[in-house]
Parts: sequence; structure tokens; C-alpha cells
Amino acid sequence: MHVPDGFLDVPTSLATGVVAAGAIAVALKKSRSELNEKAAPMAGLTAAFVFAAQMINFPVGVGTSGHLMGGALAAVLVGPWTAVLVVSVVMMVQALVFADGGLTALGTNITLIGLVTVLVGWSVTKLVLAVLPKRPASVVPASFVGALLSVPAAAAVFVLLYSVGGATELPFGALMATMLGWHTIIGLGEAFITAATVGAVVAVRPDLVYAARGMSQHLVLRTPDGQEIPATAVEVADEPRRSIWPLAVGGLGVTLVIAGALSFFASSNPDGLEYVAEDQGFIAAAEDSAVAGWSLADYGEVGGIPVGVAGLIGVGITILIGLVLFQLIARRDRDRDSVSA
Amino acid sequence: MGAGHVHRLYRHGHTPVHRLPAHVKLVSLLAFVLVVVATPREAFWAFGAYAALLAGVAVTARLPLPFIVKRMVVEVPFVVFALLLPFLAAGPDVTVAGLSLSQEGLLAGWNILAKGTLGVVASILLAATTDARALLLALQRLRVPPVLVEITAFMVRYADVITGEMNRMKVARESRGFSGNVGRRLGVVATSAGALFIRSYERGERVHLAMLSRGYTGALPVLEVQQAQTVQWVGAALLPFSALVVSVVAWMTV
Repeated sequence: MHVPDGFLDVPTSLATGVVAAGAIAVALKKSRSELNEKAAPMAGLTAAFVFAAQMINFPVGVGTSGHLMGGALAAVLVGPWTAVLVVSVVMMVQALVFADGGLTALGTNITLIGLVTVLVGWSVTKLVLAVLPKRPASVVPASFVGALLSVPAAAAVFVLLYSVGGATELPFGALMATMLGWHTIIGLGEAFITAATVGAVVAVRPDLVYAARGMSQHLVLRTPDGQEIPATAVEVADEPRRSIWPLAVGGLGVTLVIAGALSFFASSNPDGLEYVAEDQGFIAAAEDSAVAGWSLADYGEVGGIPVGVAGLIGVGITILIGLVLFQLIARRDRDRDSVSA
Repeated sequence: MGAGHVHRLYRHGHTPVHRLPAHVKLVSLLAFVLVVVATPREAFWAFGAYAALLAGVAVTARLPLPFIVKRMVVEVPFVVFALLLPFLAAGPDVTVAGLSLSQEGLLAGWNILAKGTLGVVASILLAATTDARALLLALQRLRVPPVLVEITAFMVRYADVITGEMNRMKVARESRGFSGNVGRRLGVVATSAGALFIRSYERGERVHLAMLSRGYTGALPVLEVQQAQTVQWVGAALLPFSALVVSVVAWMTV
């Protein structure tokens, strides 16, 4: 996912460069609260870790492999603003020292991998955390979802950039579909590795995981007769619990708008890939999936359901499945707790 | 901690290109790549001229061809994308060797291939003639925020250490008979990554404390200031300036 020189034209490259510089400036200011004062060595070592972790390849499909981007992982481990710095530094070193990713595309690469994956990964993780029980272990499934969504999000932004300043006209819908498809699979790999890595750290040193800060439970003294006395000498005033509703409703609104409105946009060229496929004569090789007869298959082209509505229904189903999954996870955790207690 | 103080792409030498101050080289390279990217893709000859310019730099820096070619593997993923473009893009077709290819896609593929390759080679030339420390000082001179330079310095210094640690863990896993299907493998690899993060972070804490105890105030001392002479600026400007001339001619002829 390292964009080379010449992929995007000069104005787009410069524009993303300005975005990247602005993001780094903001991150420099904000990261002070995340890092203890002047802890550049820690951030540097984390950058070295992300650099090493990007060498982990995982198989995506026949003959291809994706590698870890590490944006969501870094955000969960060291906090979003430090993560922006860390991943930007990794991009910079890769461009300057390893010739990986073009120099004029440095702004684009920092925007895509340093900014989009980190921010999407972090906000999704936070959103999921708001629903899950408040304990360090919850960070693991939350980071899974965050990492899973961060990769297709970066791919989508890339396609948008490409449609603005790309070297050639590609059918927008087809490119978006292909990129999203591949990067959802890559995102799965990213999500597995991120969640397992976070899980390993949470198990050993939960204090190092930024997303789990303030979630560790207070120490408890257990008396022989089973009484539990909180070990805190001083009453710790609970932080006023912020309502998650504004965030949830806002997120849902944005999702619905994207699903409803953008899918119209995407379908303005509904048969992009299919057109090319037909053109190239390889459509015969493509088989419809088993659900092709369903009304929602092909994003609403079959059963006469408008595309936007199909998108909305898709979002609804996704949220439903998500909620059920999280309920299951939460219940399992509760069961385990009652057994161990 | 026996990690090298030079990176893998660096090749020691005493040529005019090696002697140029790093920030001069960096500015020159950036200007060159910008000019290349802004060149119209139909001007095929212009890219040949750019390649010749880069070859001139490589000869001046005494870099052998295999050295550069071996390091060009980083661009392989985008070569694949560029090769796919003629099949994907829409528009009028041309028939080449019995294959019906999109004209637009062919041009676009060529565009990415040419500009991407020139960019990669130019970056390799910079990395091969400048050691990491000089590059960091160059960033500092070019007014990159000090914190960022510092983070970069630590990353460059420890990247080899951490990568080495990862490889040792890999060897350790495999010498204990580690294998298995993909699903189980991911779990083990990720656990190693978690262990690697803890080790990196704890090392960062120790390094920080050690530096504090030696009087570290938050900025790295600059030992030598490499002043760029006008002659050096002029010498370094030769590359982007020649490229600019080529580009202007290309714009006028296309």
C-alpha cells in the first residue's frame, strides 16, 4: 500500500502533503498528553516496532499476501496522536532510506497509512469500547473491529484520491469495488494480528496499552469470610461517565449517509467491472455467487430494490450481527468471571 | 546491540556525490522527482533523458548497476498494478500481439512504471550515498520539527535491533518445531508480535532513563555543522535543472 511517485498528479500529491503536514503538526501538539514529557525514545522504539511488524506477511489469497499496516495497532497501544507521529516517521524512513514509497507521494502515504488507518482504527475501537464492559480485556475485540475497518477505509480514501488526481480514468465503481474487496480480506488479516498482539500485551502489561488506561480494576482485599474490601485508601471519585449516545448516533448517521448516498454514486457506473469484463471476454469465467438470486445480491440490482435502500439494509444487518456478537462476547466474559470468582 | 550504524542501502565511498551535504542532496532529489512527475506521459523520450541523468549520477557516485537493480525490488507490487491497468481501464482498444488492450490503460501503466521507477532509483541513489545520521541532520536543517527528527533518530538506530530480535524469535519458534495451518500460525505470530512490542517499549523506557541520567534535555547535540558551499548547491542543482529543461521541452513538443 506504499504509493510510488507518479501514481497521483502533482497537485494531488502537494495537497495530501499539506494535509499530512497539518496532521503531524496537530499530532505533535496533542501527543504531549499521551507520552510522558519528552519521551521521544519510547515513540522511536514504537516506530521501530511498527517497522518490524510491517514485515509480517500474511496470505490473502492465491499467490498474494498483505502486510500489516499497523496504524490501528499503534493507536491502540500508544494512543492516536503518538501513533500518527510513529507511523508518519515509519513512512518517512521507508521513503528516504529504503526507497519504499515515492518521495513526492510521501504526503499521500502519510495521509493514507499514518492518518486514515490510525484515526479510523482508533475511533472505531473507542466506539466499540463504549459498548463493551469496562475492563482491559475488552480492548481486544474492539481493536479487532478497529483494525478490520481501518484498512478498507484507507483503500477507499486512496480510490477517492485516485479519482481526483489519478494518472488515468478508471471506472470509479469498479476500482472502488475491487479495492474494497481486496482490502477487506487484507483487513481481516490485519484485524487478527492486531487483536492477538493487543491481547498478548494486555495479558502481560495492561498498563502499556493506551486504550486500556483507566480500565484496570481496583485492588480488593478478600477476608476469610468472603468479604471484599476495596484496597483504595482514598475514595476515588468516578469520572463522570460521558454519554455515548452523541457519538453513536453521529456515527450511525454518517454510516447511513455513506451507505445510502455513496452507493448511488458508486452505482452511477453500475456495471463498470462487468462492462470491462464483458469487453475483455472474461465475464464467462465469472460465476454468480450462491446468493445471486437474493434481492440484495449485486447491491440491489436484482430484486428491484433501489441501491440506496439495499445499502441501508446492509448497514442494518451488519449492526445487528455486530450487536449479537458483542452480546455473546460480553456474556461469555461474564460467565468466565463468575466461574473464576 | 551490535547493530550496524549504517543502513543496508548505504554504500561507503568518497565521490563528489557522497561529499555533498545531505540536505542539498535531499532538496535536489525532491525537485528532480517533482519535475519527473509533472512531465506529460506522452513524451516518451523525456523519460529516457531522465534515466540518463540518473545514470550519470550513479556513475559519478561509482555505484555498480547490480547494486541498484537489486534494490529496486521494492516497487514490484506497483509493477503488477501497472501491468494490470491495460486490462482494466476503459476506452478505445488497441490490439497488441493478439490481446485487446485499452489504449488509455497502456499509457497509464507506462506512466506509473516510468515515473515510479525513476522515483525509486533516485531515492536509492540518495540512500546509497548518504548515511542515516547525515540524513537526520539534513531533516533537522530543513526545519523538520525536532521531536520528529528525534523520534526518527531512535527509530533508525533501533530498527535493526528490533528486527534482529524479531528474527531471533522466529528462529527460536522454528527450532522448536513451529508449524501449523494458517489460522493457528497467525495466533502464534501475533503473540510474538505482542512480546516484541513489550520488549521494544521496555527498552525505550530503559534508554530514556539512561539518557536522562546522562544529562539528556530533549534535544540531540549537533556535533558538526556541514555548511553547504555555493559550488555544492550549484553542483547538486545540475540534476533537477537539467530535468526541468527536459520537462519544458517535453511540454512544448507534446
